[in-house]
Amino acid sequence: MSAGGTFAAPARVAALPRVVEAPRRRAFDWGSVVVHALLLICVAVIAFPLYYAFVISTQTVQEVVARPPILRPSVHLLENYAEAWGRSHMPRLLWNSAIVAIVSALGKIAISMLSAFAIVYFNFRGKAIAFWMIFITLMLPVEVRIMSTYEVIGSLGWLNSYAGLTVPLMASATATFLFRQFYMTVPNELVEAAQLDGVGPLRFLWAFLLPLSWANIAALFVVLFIFGWNQYLWPLMITNSEAMRVVVIGLQDLIPRTGTHVPEWNVMMAAAMMALLPPVAVILVMQRWFVKGLIETEK
Amino acid sequence: MKRSVFRNRALPYLLVLPQIAVTVVFFFWPAFESLRLSLFRTSPFGDKTSFVGLENFRKLLTTPEYYQSIANTFVFASGVTAIGLGAGLFVAALATQKIRGLAAYRTAVLWPYGIAPPIAGIIFLFIFHPSYGVLPYWLGFVTSYEFNWLLRGWVAMALVILATAWTHVGYNIAFFLAGLLAIPTSVLEAASVDGAGAIRRFRSIIFPLLSPITFYLLVVNLIFSFFGSFGVIHAVTQGGPGGATEIMVFKVYKDGFIGLNLGSSAAQSVLLMILVITLTALQFRFVEKRVTYS
Amino acid sequence: MKRRVRAVAVLAALLLAVLPTAALAKTEIHLWHAMGGQLGETVNELVKQFNQSQADFEVKPLNKGTYPEVLTGAIAAYRQKNPPHIVQVFDVGTQTMLLSGAIHPIFQLMKEQEIKVDWNDFIKPVTGYYSKDGNLYSMPFNSSSPILYYSKEAFKKAGLADKPPATWKDVGEFSKKIIAAGGAKCGITTSWPSWTMLENTFPWHDQPFATNQNGYTGLDTKLLINGEFGVKHIGQLAAWQKDGVYSYGGRMGQPDPKFINGDCAMLIQSSAVIGGFKKSLKFAWGTGPLPHWGPPYKKQNAVVGGATLWVMKGQKPADYKGVAQFMKFIAEPHQQMWWHVTTGYLPITQTAIKNLEAGYHFKKNPEQWTALGQLSGKPTANSQGHRLGNFAQIREAIEGEMENVFAGKKTAREGLDAAVAKGNDILKEFAAANKP
Repeated sequence: MSAGGTFAAPARVAALPRVVEAPRRRAFDWGSVVVHALLLICVAVIAFPLYYAFVISTQTVQEVVARPPILRPSVHLLENYAEAWGRSHMPRLLWNSAIVAIVSALGKIAISMLSAFAIVYFNFRGKAIAFWMIFITLMLPVEVRIMSTYEVIGSLGWLNSYAGLTVPLMASATATFLFRQFYMTVPNELVEAAQLDGVGPLRFLWAFLLPLSWANIAALFVVLFIFGWNQYLWPLMITNSEAMRVVVIGLQDLIPRTGTHVPEWNVMMAAAMMALLPPVAVILVMQRWFVKGLIETEK
Repeated sequence: MKRSVFRNRALPYLLVLPQIAVTVVFFFWPAFESLRLSLFRTSPFGDKTSFVGLENFRKLLTTPEYYQSIANTFVFASGVTAIGLGAGLFVAALATQKIRGLAAYRTAVLWPYGIAPPIAGIIFLFIFHPSYGVLPYWLGFVTSYEFNWLLRGWVAMALVILATAWTHVGYNIAFFLAGLLAIPTSVLEAASVDGAGAIRRFRSIIFPLLSPITFYLLVVNLIFSFFGSFGVIHAVTQGGPGGATEIMVFKVYKDGFIGLNLGSSAAQSVLLMILVITLTALQFRFVEKRVTYS
Repeated sequence: MKRRVRAVAVLAALLLAVLPTAALAKTEIHLWHAMGGQLGETVNELVKQFNQSQADFEVKPLNKGTYPEVLTGAIAAYRQKNPPHIVQVFDVGTQTMLLSGAIHPIFQLMKEQEIKVDWNDFIKPVTGYYSKDGNLYSMPFNSSSPILYYSKEAFKKAGLADKPPATWKDVGEFSKKIIAAGGAKCGITTSWPSWTMLENTFPWHDQPFATNQNGYTGLDTKLLINGEFGVKHIGQLAAWQKDGVYSYGGRMGQPDPKFINGDCAMLIQSSAVIGGFKKSLKFAWGTGPLPHWGPPYKKQNAVVGGATLWVMKGQKPADYKGVAQFMKFIAEPHQQMWWHVTTGYLPITQTAIKNLEAGYHFKKNPEQWTALGQLSGKPTANSQGHRLGNFAQIREAIEGEMENVFAGKKTAREGLDAAVAKGNDILKEFAAANKP
């Protein structure tokens, strides 16, 4: 939908309005009320499980298993959280998780952008093969190839290391897929104009595509950060020392899984709340940026 | 559609090199290793191995549990994708209406995405717990049917579908929001001036323009529920009761990790790979044709 | 000349400064275990006691997840030629470990290190489970046996005497009375369904669980749980499930909340939860041995559950000294008593038990005595334990079929037949993979 001139095109593509449909002008807007009500219900339904988890994190074990279920927060918040913090060595866990999440996210974004750019904007011999090689990786999560990936990491000498924790997570094509989809929606006129002006491919990527992609990159960062943060089976397999543990594993540490001891769900939920704060915070912060990027347009 | 390309010779190879390298080392190498393992029968510690050809595959294709797991996987994936996309589009559409407090609403529906699947699973386990969960408790006021997921397979399946869809709905909402907001008002205003009602506008304008995003989300949701949902099943039902929530990827783990039958587990990985490659190829071939990139 | 002497002196001084530190650096011994939560803290404490008791070795414990995760992790590490020194493996992993060629049997280790251990001091059901040809292969660590827990409150409400039911018939009658009197919603539930209702119930009644003496004397083993006895016992539970007398609550410890919050008046669970129950139960409760069907079945013994510590091959020879010292440490009466009192797992040496008795420990903790009482005596071929390959998978298959039976989808006979078919298949697969 590019109307204006060639270099106005990027501004146009990024011109994202705030609303989808024009409101009818009425004295009292029933439509608005309905929308508000529906949204509130959605929010309540979506938020309930987490609210419940929070409530559990403030109770004692007896309160947790009581019947009828107690849905109001209790008063043991501080002791549960202190217990969870101390017992699971939270600071180290949070640090390790942060490294895994950030490094794998940034690494993946970088290599995916380059690959998607090559696939969309070049014709080269073996392009189809490269395309399929990359997209096949959408197929198989780490859990399924875990024993063999473990042996590969072992052969590389990357056991119990940050490299071993982060690099295998970069080997999947979801980001490439997204960039590809996005690049294919960029108007052709933009490329033609850039080529006419003598702009080389790398400069095009850096000066034109990258600014257009910020929203995508922001969204991807959120997704990949969370993916990296919430890994369980892979870090469990390749870490041999407490010092390399990530937070999701530290959580499981709090539950006696031998089935012979009564689990302290309240402490565990307290730890879980602490563990999920960073990813949720990332969503909240990036979401504002992301929304801003989308609506701060027609100025 | 003809697109312009750049003419460099060596550059594209350099650009794809990092990703190809990572893919080869961390995907193809282990995948071939799995392929190799699937043709052997190994003792757990690897001290005794014997070549058995396609025996592992033959065994798999003749056990009813394997077909059960395939069926479970399809049910699970369809459920998660349908709920995830449907709810996602619904909430995103609501969140783009012109009302006050939009930003707050958006924030409030996006964040569950940050919760690790095992944690989400355990929370839903609490909610569904036959002894002290809120849901059976409330449902008990309405019906005397026992919503005990430990005994009724479909309740367990509903539990894991809801838990998985819950974590993913935020993701879908975010992308649908981006898509909806990218539709220029000018087009919609023109359409409404032409007399097109809301539903017609949705069908002929919004939906087609959303199709790249919808396609992307469809692929990602299906793939995610085929594979990434491992965490929920592992944390909550472990495939039970009686195999009702044993999806293919969990069976690979169970046979490999708990059963220590690496040959069968590898064979299942191979079959999974083939299945998903086929599905994705089909999706790219047929569905992408219908997608409109403006 | 003087300069050279000075140089040598400086060098000597440097060496002297470095060498002692080098010698003082403790050798690390790695222990991988599955004890999370409070249990993990206790393991750390036990290890700390050992580390502080000597200066050469430092044991480093690491929680590697659940029992299956620990085992798989150890296997993966072993294949990478980098296994830990000690691994905690659960009971059902015994056969896998025994046939692996990756372990250093404990009796051999102690002999090599010239540490004298009185193997006869260990209680028979424990040595029976983990020995081959009369020699102990792994060091028992956390052992328990399943017992019956009952709510004294619920019993009182039904006008029953404060005594646990001794027979299964009593279980049924008591339950019906309790439910009628409103003391509970269900009579009894069982945690670890396969372990309690089959793997232990069979030896308790001197019934064979599998051929080849429960797998001890051969690899071509077949399950026998779908015989008369099995169908009778599971059939009774299934009938009770319909009546509400029995309420299936899930696998492992999932049914525990039913007892804790008073829904069920009785629970069959491992003796290891005694400690946790003491802290969390809000009502008066008692324990009793596993119920028994009575004549014509003999009253034999229960088998231990839990896990043992296995020593892995492939370590530096000097390290094995530390491993042996650690094993000796945890088997000493003092540690046995401390471990038992802190965790609730059973003390497994006669000496430790006698010491505890002398301290009136069991008078104050009669529940523990109940658990030990089930493990006394000399086991028969049917009750020395189970030695089945891929037992974890077999247990999984059995519990899956039990769920079908309790959900009413299959009769007890059908379910047990299906379980046996699956189990035999798994055993065949194991035998083929472990052909010598």
